[in-house]
Amino acid sequence: MVHVGLPHFLVLGALLFSAGLLTVATRRNAVGVLMGVELILNGANVNFVAFNHYVTGGVSGQVFALFVIVLAAAEAAVGLAIVLAIFHTFRSIDVRAADTMRE
Amino acid sequence: MKGKIGLWLFLAALVVGFVALLASRVGPATLPADQAVGPFTLRDLLFYAVASLAMVGTAFVALSRNIVYSALGLLFALLGTGALYVFLSADFLAVTQLLVYIGGVLVLILFAVMLTSRITDVNVSNTSMGVAGGAALFFATAPVLVFVALATPWAARSSPGLAPTTREIGDAFLTGWLLPFELASLVLLATLIGAVVIARKELKPDEEPTP
Repeated sequence: MVHVGLPHFLVLGALLFSAGLLTVATRRNAVGVLMGVELILNGANVNFVAFNHYVTGGVSGQVFALFVIVLAAAEAAVGLAIVLAIFHTFRSIDVRAADTMRE
Repeated sequence: MKGKIGLWLFLAALVVGFVALLASRVGPATLPADQAVGPFTLRDLLFYAVASLAMVGTAFVALSRNIVYSALGLLFALLGTGALYVFLSADFLAVTQLLVYIGGVLVLILFAVMLTSRITDVNVSNTSMGVAGGAALFFATAPVLVFVALATPWAARSSPGLAPTTREIGDAFLTGWLLPFELASLVLLATLIGAVVIARKELKPDEEPTP
């Protein structure tokens, strides 16, 4: 249990995922919520790459992690654009302030 | 002002030269990765150092009351996970993490922070709500995942070595994963247009465009 192996990376991925979940659930700042989503995706990525290295071999896990990174970048761009639009409309990025679908 | 810039350039050149000298003197082959330090090897100690860096950053993201500190914590969390990819023989992925996440997403997030919070106010708000529910969620998720990770007898390969994977990833993208690759580029194009359309300032029909 002392030497670094697959369980170490899985535990780290689980902690990243749980902390991201905590962030998404508790933040009031919409940008903070987006940071939590990034943490969740990173935790999943650590698991993908760890299983790829220790169990399957090859590169399919790394390819999947690359797709996750691409989609996370796209999600961040659109999410932050939405946050800016919400800020323009409601003058606040508190997620509780944006409770109507129209101005 | 000009002297200051020259000083910074000189310092940067000094650091780059030092790193280059170090890299030429200490090749990867001479690094004693399996040298024992007590019950650990050097590799284990490096892993624990990097993992604790990532966890400290994660804790800052989840718990800090200042959104700027949260963004800095996210920097360390992403940097730590990127360094961990090197341990997993994913060199290309580590560099991609550095370029896309830290160079792109994090800068975007900092940009949004600066645009949306009145940064000069005392209250750069990142306060929490429903802390009890969030803590309950955390303590319901984390132990289960950690227990599964530790208790399952994973069918691990015997002593997987470290090897560069960039060539294999390129081959995989242009053969078996070609369709998803092209779809990802379509998604990025749609994101580009969508982000511009959503974030631009909307003009009312009766409003004169301001120059």
